Amino acid sequence: MKTGSLLSGAEEPVVRFESVGMRYGLGPEVLSDVSFEIAPHSFQFLTGPSGAGKTTLLRLILLSVRPTRGLVSIFGKEVSGISNDALTGLRRRMGVVFQDFRLLDHLTTYENVALPLRVQERAEASYRAEVVELLRWVGLGERMHVLPPLLSGGEKQRAAIARALIARPELLLADEPTGNVDPSLARRLLRLFMELNRLGTSVVIATHDYGLMDLVEARRMVLAEGRLRVEGP
Amino acid sequence: MSEVHAPARSDAGPGRTAAAPSEPTLPANLRRNAPLVPTDSAASRALAAVIAILTFLAALCAGAAEIAVSSAGQWQGSVAQEVTVQVRPSAGRDIDADVRQAESLARAAPGIAGARIFSKAESERLLEPWLGSGLDLSDLPVPRLIALTLASDRNADLSALRTALTTALPGVASLDDHALWLQRLSTMANTFAGIGIGVVLLVLFATGLAVVFATRGAMAGNREVVEVLHFVGADDDYIAKAFQSRFFRLGLRGGVLGAGAALLTCALAGLLARMWRSGPAGEEIEALFGTFQIGWQGYAIIVLIGVIASLVTAAVSRFTVRRFLR
Repeated sequence: MKTGSLLSGAEEPVVRFESVGMRYGLGPEVLSDVSFEIAPHSFQFLTGPSGAGKTTLLRLILLSVRPTRGLVSIFGKEVSGISNDALTGLRRRMGVVFQDFRLLDHLTTYENVALPLRVQERAEASYRAEVVELLRWVGLGERMHVLPPLLSGGEKQRAAIARALIARPELLLADEPTGNVDPSLARRLLRLFMELNRLGTSVVIATHDYGLMDLVEARRMVLAEGRLRVEGP
Repeated sequence: MSEVHAPARSDAGPGRTAAAPSEPTLPANLRRNAPLVPTDSAASRALAAVIAILTFLAALCAGAAEIAVSSAGQWQGSVAQEVTVQVRPSAGRDIDADVRQAESLARAAPGIAGARIFSKAESERLLEPWLGSGLDLSDLPVPRLIALTLASDRNADLSALRTALTTALPGVASLDDHALWLQRLSTMANTFAGIGIGVVLLVLFATGLAVVFATRGAMAGNREVVEVLHFVGADDDYIAKAFQSRFFRLGLRGGVLGAGAALLTCALAGLLARMWRSGPAGEEIEALFGTFQIGWQGYAIIVLIGVIASLVTAAVSRFTVRRFLR
């Protein structure tokens, strides 16, 4: 276990897995003996064939499922038996882009993007400008009052990304964030993630788009048959 | 390999330094703080209707109980203001002298504001409904009555008066303070009030149960919403509040509709009763229901029941959500 976090809090890994195994119910292990760390300010891809366990790994980091064995620490906190309050505190430091976007269909694009700030019970006036600016930056300035069912796949994706970024998370998890957009927009979104990383956010992008990964020199965490291999710098 | 590097534009993106200098113009029609839990589904309307109906029934029941209790109170008040001394004719005694003696005894007693002797003719007239008119009752030993009015400012010592009467006129005079009547009336009034309170409690309980089911249904139907709210950093309390505010609004709508309908019904019934009172059945109706007016207390109770129904809805939904999330 990592110690000395009082003195070197900044250097503590954002995510740390030690021999983590995960199975759903009585099924086979989806992940076995996965150990890795995600350093602060780092940028990495998580890749592997479909069904290799990428989404499960992201869900473990998001604390929406718990490991069957092994230790998971998020922001230096070991998460088994974590209280609900602490869980909420950890989640507020993360941003997540889901593969299926998970926008709330009864809220407008603006309201969806503002959601992470709204649930912190901040006054709407205090974040309005920020949300509108981010929406304009991802090209949704004209669509902010539209309900998600009326957005195209690419627009939904950008809205989901904007929602993940709005609270300036310390850790950004993105599951196939460029799956539904054309290559030029994919590059623009990648630039957005990189700028966010430059400003201090650790970024994990799950993708199997090799074209996208080849654009950046970054660490690659490759999942295959439930085991993890780390490549690159 | 890496053809894209950090973006050249540093003036944009999520990492720009301080907040925007001037607030960007927003579309005028931009909706900003819609409820987090979708409202206005068929299920919510059904729940509001159930709450409205239950509130209506509870309010009517409470109103009816209030009428019964206040009518009983009025009767009690007027009956308890009077006591009666009965003087029986006895062989070898002058009944008029006995009546006068009883009257002077009663007048002397503390707390008696007035005494009125029913004359022989008046006493006989009291028997007319049973014996018919035009009879010569002079041969019948008709008892004579003295109606005593109690002073409202001090309590009369009726047992002392009763003792004085039986001592002075043994076997002849007796005092009736209507205690049996009053006791029966108050038992009846209490029974009505008890039934009213019981029904109101039952109805509120049923409202609570309906809300539990509706909340669980809404939670299951909005599982996705709850999950997303969790992921974006909402805590259980915040989510519970979101559901609570939705259900409080539903409960308020139902409560207002139900209580409003009950108020209208009572007002209308009062109006009709007043119209019918001039008709042939009016006396019977008035005898049964009094003046059929529930008074400001009754209206206040009805409004209170509407408010309580909404509060119960909010509290129960919050509790249910907290349990569901645990």
